[in-house]
Amino acid sequence: MNERHVLVVFPHPDDEAFGVSGTIAQHVQSGTPVTYACLTLGEMGRNMGVPPFANRETLPFIRRQELEEACRVLGIHDLRLLGYRDKTVEFEDEEELADRIAAIAAETNPSLVITFYPGYSVHPDHDACGAAVIRALKRWPKEQRPTVYCVAFAKNCEQDLGQPDVVRDVSSVIDTKLAAIRAHRSQTEGLMQAASKRGDALAWLKTERFWTYRWDD
Amino acid sequence: MQPIDAAAVQEALNHLANRDIYIHLETTNGAYASHHNEGVFSAGAYIRNARIRFTRGKITGPGPYRVGLKLDIGWVYAEGLTHWEWTKEGQLLLAGHDYEGKLAVALELSGEPFA
Repeated sequence: MNERHVLVVFPHPDDEAFGVSGTIAQHVQSGTPVTYACLTLGEMGRNMGVPPFANRETLPFIRRQELEEACRVLGIHDLRLLGYRDKTVEFEDEEELADRIAAIAAETNPSLVITFYPGYSVHPDHDACGAAVIRALKRWPKEQRPTVYCVAFAKNCEQDLGQPDVVRDVSSVIDTKLAAIRAHRSQTEGLMQAASKRGDALAWLKTERFWTYRWDD
Repeated sequence: MQPIDAAAVQEALNHLANRDIYIHLETTNGAYASHHNEGVFSAGAYIRNARIRFTRGKITGPGPYRVGLKLDIGWVYAEGLTHWEWTKEGQLLLAGHDYEGKLAVALELSGEPFA
């Protein structure tokens, strides 16, 4: 539980909200510094509202404000915006992307890194982000690498990876987590309304699941 | 953005004809479309800041609308447009939102490159 520093690397401003923000809040509460590196501003998000409150040109500004608000709610003081463009991460130079993540990892010296499981995270940006994190950390000697918790939600992830080996109860910080989700209002409001109609949302949100990345060397 | 006023959009298109402009054209059904429903074939396309010049631009349809731009040696068009905005920077923003407000298509024209 007690980590030296936690580094969270995701491609979109709201990627931490549903699956990781409780874990982040618990680490912040126990005094662990958390750095959040976010690769894009979610410029290609599709939720524009009825009537629309945003357009393609204003959405990135709105999502940046929402991300900053989510970080404030969670107590993250170190937010890094890497300036890539939504949906283009997989087309970037893989070594250069890994270089930038490696530089942040070298500077912050995390004992725990949280990202997406490459190949099991559905959105091409998610998979490319996770792959870049693994590529960056793989340059370090195995015994010096931080633990990597991966989020995965592809249909075949349990079949291929087994059950998640880290299952965290985040009910102690559920109010903070809900506030972080609400901070990403432009993208999460509709989902939360649909979830509250189903009635099982709170139980689902109180548990966060990760697969510890297994190095193949 | 406002529901499309076809006459106003036509006026904006006329204003942008016969000059070098920058285009953003995008269609998408979202990266999760076939994750949520395996029966959906996921497809999309995206162009940002390509420079074009059109000789005639026209908005048609009863709404949702279609916009076609006739180039010297080609065409650009978008279908399913529902909303528009003419920004103070002189950009013509057109978008098509589905019944939940999700963006499905965007066609944007600007005298200067988009940020």
